[in-house]
Amino acid sequence: MIYLKAFLLGGLICLVAQVILDNTKYSPGHVLSGLTVAGGVLGGFGLYDRLVEFAGGGATVPISSFGNALVKGALMEARTHGVLGVLTGMFELTSTGITAAIVFGFLAALAFNPKS
Amino acid sequence: MSQAVAAPGTRRLGRQSVAFARPPVILGTGAVVGPMENQGPLAGSFDHAYPDLLAGQESFEQAEREMMLNACRTALQKAGVTPDQVDFFLAGDLLNQLITSSFTAAELGIPYLGIYGACATSAQGLALAAMLIDGGYARRVLVACSSHNGTAERQYRYPVEYGSQRKPYAQWTVTGAGAAVVASPDLGSGPRITHATLGKVMDLGIKDPYNQGAAMAPAAADTIRQHLLDLGCRPEDYDLIATGDLARFGKEMAAELLARDGGLDLGDRHVDCGMLIYDLDRQKVHAGGSGCACSAVVTYGHLLRRMAAGELRRLLLVATGALLSPTSCQQGDSIPAVAHGVVIER
Amino acid sequence: MRPVAKKPVKADQRRYQRLVQEREPRPPRLRNACAAFLSGGAVCVLGQALTDFYQAVLGLDRQAAGNPAIATLIFLGALLTGLGYFDKLARFAGAGLAVPVTGFANAVTSSALEFKREGLVFGIGSKMFMLAGSVITFGVVTAFFVGLVAAVIHR
Repeated sequence: MIYLKAFLLGGLICLVAQVILDNTKYSPGHVLSGLTVAGGVLGGFGLYDRLVEFAGGGATVPISSFGNALVKGALMEARTHGVLGVLTGMFELTSTGITAAIVFGFLAALAFNPKS
Repeated sequence: MSQAVAAPGTRRLGRQSVAFARPPVILGTGAVVGPMENQGPLAGSFDHAYPDLLAGQESFEQAEREMMLNACRTALQKAGVTPDQVDFFLAGDLLNQLITSSFTAAELGIPYLGIYGACATSAQGLALAAMLIDGGYARRVLVACSSHNGTAERQYRYPVEYGSQRKPYAQWTVTGAGAAVVASPDLGSGPRITHATLGKVMDLGIKDPYNQGAAMAPAAADTIRQHLLDLGCRPEDYDLIATGDLARFGKEMAAELLARDGGLDLGDRHVDCGMLIYDLDRQKVHAGGSGCACSAVVTYGHLLRRMAAGELRRLLLVATGALLSPTSCQQGDSIPAVAHGVVIER
Repeated sequence: MRPVAKKPVKADQRRYQRLVQEREPRPPRLRNACAAFLSGGAVCVLGQALTDFYQAVLGLDRQAAGNPAIATLIFLGALLTGLGYFDKLARFAGAGLAVPVTGFANAVTSSALEFKREGLVFGIGSKMFMLAGSVITFGVVTAFFVGLVAAVIHR
């Protein structure tokens, strides 16, 4: 069941992005940034976690999850350390994604060449 | 109104055109392309086709240099001249500061002027070369231009491996280079450059860098209209009117503008180099080709061959260039465009 | 009389832009939307499957198992980009591959690859986040202010 929900929610988020791309002059960079901001705002209200509970990978895999994770990390630390926690906790939950992207991106750049 | 007469017999015609008193001839040409261009409808028409985009070099930039140099050497060889017999080298490309052309000029050792007209560079070079020769300032001039999909895409748009969907009106930068040796008519024979029309920059406010065809169409239409007016001739006087690389959508817009503002219908006479070079349905290039090399390799590899075979007698080449810079586009400026025309006769 | 060349005026520009807008070929929107939905859904299902896999194999809780799952997707995105397949798949899938974290990996890897020739520092090092950087910037700025507001409210 979780797989069906993941498929539906994940597909829906991608569908919305595609419709924006095809009907406006916005670039993928604009749309992805927008989705990240949307994820962050929803995360601020605690709503994004409900999507994660509902659809699992359907909510954690799209880039909006990155915005949510940033907010969540900042908020978790903020609860224990106050306003300063916003600074220290920011990358607490997103560390995997950023680190993996840098390391794998770096290694791929060493190993491969652009082909077109 | 008086028409300024520059040199004996050399005439300016109308506002933007010149007629050459002793039409310079194209002694030899070189057209080299990348793999995709040689899989299209013009496969086999080119002097050399590289099996991959790197052309045996270490970077796409070096590959583009290799291609331009190869095209130049081929043109020189076919013209039967050595670099020291050539007075000037006029060349342009799409990379910052015309770096491909400058490195090629360094290899050739011919006095060099870099020229920039984006994809209009091919006709710009031919027109300038003919003016230099007919004006008596040169006897032989080598012209060249190049573009490379791998170098242009990253400069103007995205890295080549970036997964983005292109709009249906987007164009595909042609990989290749074209070169020609233009000479005074007493030094040999070949297709003659009889007239040239230099275009004005037109900017009708198109801002989408993917929609170059629409940005260039007004320039193409304006130059064609002005050319016919200046020379007092009609589209029927040409066997073929080949626009640079408007591609499918741009060509449609140009036809619309010519009909609307000039009452002109070019009909089947109008072909576009950007549509000739690829099989638009099969090759996933969307609207067609673009880049400096596009009109150059189609003209040298295909159109002049048809002329030599006797299929074409009189050709008007109108190369179009979108003069955008990556910075101007990101800052939201519109795309200025230019189109230059040259008449080539058998 | 020689005709004087007309300079394009604003009205001309407006008229032409309208014409272009009317005639511009549209992307195959329905096809693109279906492709994005199906491929995006599939990537998310893969993410879920990986999460379940790591949960079972590494004995992690559900939230913690998400991390290696995301890392695996990023690895796949980077690998496919390096092998030269990602851009071809994305031409079909569109947002279906760009929106999942695979798109983030592709943006990072394609930039790093492309500028490899400019060297380790000026090329790979500094150009890596050329495209993906805006996602991080806006994500962090958003999170900073959302976090600040929430931290003040909750105290």
